[in-house]
Amino acid sequence: MMIIASINQKTLLQVLHKPMKKILFYAILVGSLSSCTVVKEYQKSRINDSEMELSSRKSEKFEQAFYLYREGASGANGGKSGGGCGCN
Amino acid sequence: MKKVVLAIGLYCSLLHGVKAQQTLFNRSVSQVSSSDTTDYAKRRLKFEEANIVTGYYDQDGNNSAITGGHGTEKLTDLANSLELRFSKLDRYNRTHSITADFNIDQYTSASSDNIDPLTISSASRKDTHIYPSIAWSVKDDLLGTTHGLAYSFSTEYDYKSHGFTASYAKLSKDKNTEWSFKGGAFLDTYMAILPSELRPANYPSGAHGDQRGIDYKPRNSYNASFSISQVITQRLQVMAMIEPSFQEGLLSTPFHRVYFTNGNSTIEKLPGTRFKLPVGFRLSYFMGDNTIIRAFYRAYIDDWGMVAHTANLEVPYKISPFFSISPFYRFNIQGRVDYFKPYDGVNGQHTTKETYYTSDYDLSSFTSQFMGAGIRLAPPGGLANIVNWNSLELRYGYYTRSNGMIGHSVSLNIKIK
Repeated sequence: MMIIASINQKTLLQVLHKPMKKILFYAILVGSLSSCTVVKEYQKSRINDSEMELSSRKSEKFEQAFYLYREGASGANGGKSGGGCGCN
Repeated sequence: MKKVVLAIGLYCSLLHGVKAQQTLFNRSVSQVSSSDTTDYAKRRLKFEEANIVTGYYDQDGNNSAITGGHGTEKLTDLANSLELRFSKLDRYNRTHSITADFNIDQYTSASSDNIDPLTISSASRKDTHIYPSIAWSVKDDLLGTTHGLAYSFSTEYDYKSHGFTASYAKLSKDKNTEWSFKGGAFLDTYMAILPSELRPANYPSGAHGDQRGIDYKPRNSYNASFSISQVITQRLQVMAMIEPSFQEGLLSTPFHRVYFTNGNSTIEKLPGTRFKLPVGFRLSYFMGDNTIIRAFYRAYIDDWGMVAHTANLEVPYKISPFFSISPFYRFNIQGRVDYFKPYDGVNGQHTTKETYYTSDYDLSSFTSQFMGAGIRLAPPGGLANIVNWNSLELRYGYYTRSNGMIGHSVSLNIKIK
């Protein structure tokens, strides 16, 4: 935690900001993904495990609310991205 | 019906001692419950599941936007949610799902008390936030499609919101790929409560009995989200999501103060529009027999000059097939919006020549971390020998921001099936 806190925020943001175009590229790439081998329904015992869900847990519902209110960024996490004040 | 009653019973016991919330809850549940009783015979709705979520959040810091970037940010929030889901098959064998969600937050905010420091209690020192929603969706297994509509409502003392959402999803024939689209509009109204010393003559305070002639301002948000999820192997699946959104109206908070270099003060002023572009990725990987990797990354940019990156890693470990423990860590870094300047301890750093200004530290440059762990119990015979009590999740997290704010969050989810 101390190491992360000591990193210059501006430098870290610049480093992370550079790959924004790449991120969009990879988003499109994932969109065009098709698995090499089709996974059959009977092979999905692990994929169908409740811990494998590609969404937030129900118990994260209120955590997502305070991220929305306490941080400037929002959206693309399956949570709420509009409505409500959060001004306190 | 037995399951609904069980869900209600558990929820009521959780709320014991919170009298006000209990009253509202019982009212809403009795409405849902009674409509279920009558509708069951007519429509043959089948109860699917109920989720009861209770959360407590506590924060403190020293950069309150209400007092211009300094002062207490102490806030507590007790939140409760009851979600009920029903389904029925139609004559075309499509599954109709109806989800009713009722949420209530009770929060106290020390900083809000400083809107009007001359009074003992200002309008929003304590408030109740109520936000129910109802959603309907139709799933066609033959075509692999799901489409749905939802309506949500949100009310606080000085804020009202109506939300409308439409969604569509298509599953591939091999059921390994799903594309989905969601569009939403939130039409909000804000009561413009101003800090006491900055109110024009005869402008009402906004307190009960003193609202005649107060301004109401709109704040509207329009969101679209596109996502694709893909099963890659028997152990790995990924998802990508892009969710552009546009806001218009009063995007500043009318009771946030800003101090200028010359010692004068005014209220926060921000542009009337904001365009946000977040892109998110999720990954779930089953490693070995007991460990799962759940990862999330989001890149964010908006036209106020903010750039942010968020990463979240959670590693559930299955101690047994029905009991898992899940440590998690979330890291967020954001750059300030173009209009933010801090409070320097004596005066603000904004000049009167600037068009827009804010000292809201939620919009400043900082890093934040959130870490903790959760446990999940889901025995096959149900919890506490109650067959329908499907699972229990308990989470604790510690939140810290590089500008000194800290927070604690505890949440509990009970699922009845």
